[in-house]
Amino acid sequence: MKLEIKEKFIEKTLLLIAFSSILILALIASFIFGEGLPFIWKIGAIDFLFGERWVPSHGEFGILPMIVGSFLVTFGALLLGIPLGLACAVFLCEWTPPQAAMVLRPAIQLLAAIPSVIYGFWGLVVLVPLVRNYLGGPGLSIFSGSVILGFMILPTIISISEDSLRALPPSYKAGGLALGATHWQTIWRVLVPAAKSGIVASVILGMGRAIGETMAMIMILGNAVKMPSSFLDSARTLTTNIGIEMGYASGDHRQALFATGVILFFIIMILNSSAIVLSRRRGS
Amino acid sequence: MRSNRLRFYTQSLAKILIWIAALSTIAVMILILFQILAEGLPILRLSFFLESPKSMGREGGILTTIIGTIALTVVAIIVATPLGVGTAIFLREYTRESQVSRIIRFGTDCLAGVPSIIFGLFGFVFFVIFLNMGWSILSGGLTLAAMILPTIICTTEEAIKTIPYSYREVSYSLGGTKWQTVTRAILPSALPGIFTGIILSVGRSIGETAAIILTAGSSLVMPNSLFSPIRTMAVHFYILAREGISMEMAYGTGAALILLVLFINTIANWLLNRYIRHRS
Repeated sequence: MKLEIKEKFIEKTLLLIAFSSILILALIASFIFGEGLPFIWKIGAIDFLFGERWVPSHGEFGILPMIVGSFLVTFGALLLGIPLGLACAVFLCEWTPPQAAMVLRPAIQLLAAIPSVIYGFWGLVVLVPLVRNYLGGPGLSIFSGSVILGFMILPTIISISEDSLRALPPSYKAGGLALGATHWQTIWRVLVPAAKSGIVASVILGMGRAIGETMAMIMILGNAVKMPSSFLDSARTLTTNIGIEMGYASGDHRQALFATGVILFFIIMILNSSAIVLSRRRGS
Repeated sequence: MRSNRLRFYTQSLAKILIWIAALSTIAVMILILFQILAEGLPILRLSFFLESPKSMGREGGILTTIIGTIALTVVAIIVATPLGVGTAIFLREYTRESQVSRIIRFGTDCLAGVPSIIFGLFGFVFFVIFLNMGWSILSGGLTLAAMILPTIICTTEEAIKTIPYSYREVSYSLGGTKWQTVTRAILPSALPGIFTGIILSVGRSIGETAAIILTAGSSLVMPNSLFSPIRTMAVHFYILAREGISMEMAYGTGAALILLVLFINTIANWLLNRYIRHRS
């Protein structure tokens, strides 16, 4: 009898523990929304989201330049990350000589493990001067940021695309080849379309990672608060806005940064849940 | 016939492009490592690790930041491991695929995608201000614990998944209860997997910057309690480089960070290959 009570107790405790990640997620949402939403309410969502001027000392809080900055950098990163990532995934599943996989796989794992400050630093000392000398502009730019981010999101895109390519039944490939298609035609017209939902999920997750990246972007983007007009312009993203100013902000200014966090959290949650739904569909 | 040849030209072209993509990925990784290690390794002397930073980090070593990194990581692991392992055990052993487990998985997946700056904001307003812990090892460690929880849940689940069903059958047939089965049959076999998850989380903790700078501060003073503010190696590296305090010291700290991450990654990989991939 005593044993039974103990078992029940343990089961309930484990159930409680299992909800810890939900609890943390709820705490994050409620505390960030609690600080940020009243502020958005106060100055008006339209003025906050579409205001073009961010001058906290004058009480002007418009984050449109940061939203545009975030999306431009992410777009640039995807432009580099998708073809490169998909190519690497195909390389790993279909065309790998074993020795090449032995080199590429650890390289990708390392790309995932290198801290983002290291990426930022490398971008600052190697890439930024190159961009400044050969493409013009300040070097600290959306272009430099996109290139670095493109490599930072590669591991995400590669690993999930690779998983979904590997999950395909072998009969797909056999069927394609048996119809007389070349290996490449089979990959491009049969395997990649069949793995589409997983590949799209990988791209969305990569996008989430790109929008959420902070430290590397603070070091590379130049952080100017203005509407960027070209890819060689300096810019500021939602994340870097928080990262740079949080250290000294107070009062309305600090609340405005939490409000920026609210928008960021919103974007990330939409991206995450659509990626999760997509990969679920693949699983079932 | 001609179209047939075209098909094979296309194939060769595609093959070349894919090789270029794979090689350039490797090349970028090597370039990053080479740049930092080439400039940083000459600075790594024993005294660099054993001396505290002097004059904002311009001179001396990185001892306090090493201690800061270790302290934060230890707090994070101690808090996150029981929660993560408990969740994984619940998901694998105590419930079938149900509404409840689906909600828990969804929450875990979402948590894994939350950017570190959001964790930083949360830790700042919750631990530092609301719970009044101040910028401290505890605030930073708890924030980190929330960040690494999904990793630990995921790797533990993978490890439990590979344990053959017969282990459970044997335990039950000997009259073992569920909890006895979990603690005596499941957990011991899942231990290497759990350990791998912990090591991966250590790697993430070491490299984390955005969340820590907002929750643990950036003090260079030697900490004396869980409530002391500290600076980690990654934060130190960031501040040295961004404020232009000392490029030489930045390279040194960066090289130390990379060596540490390389080392941790190698161990995690070895464990994964040895205990998880082989069995599944």
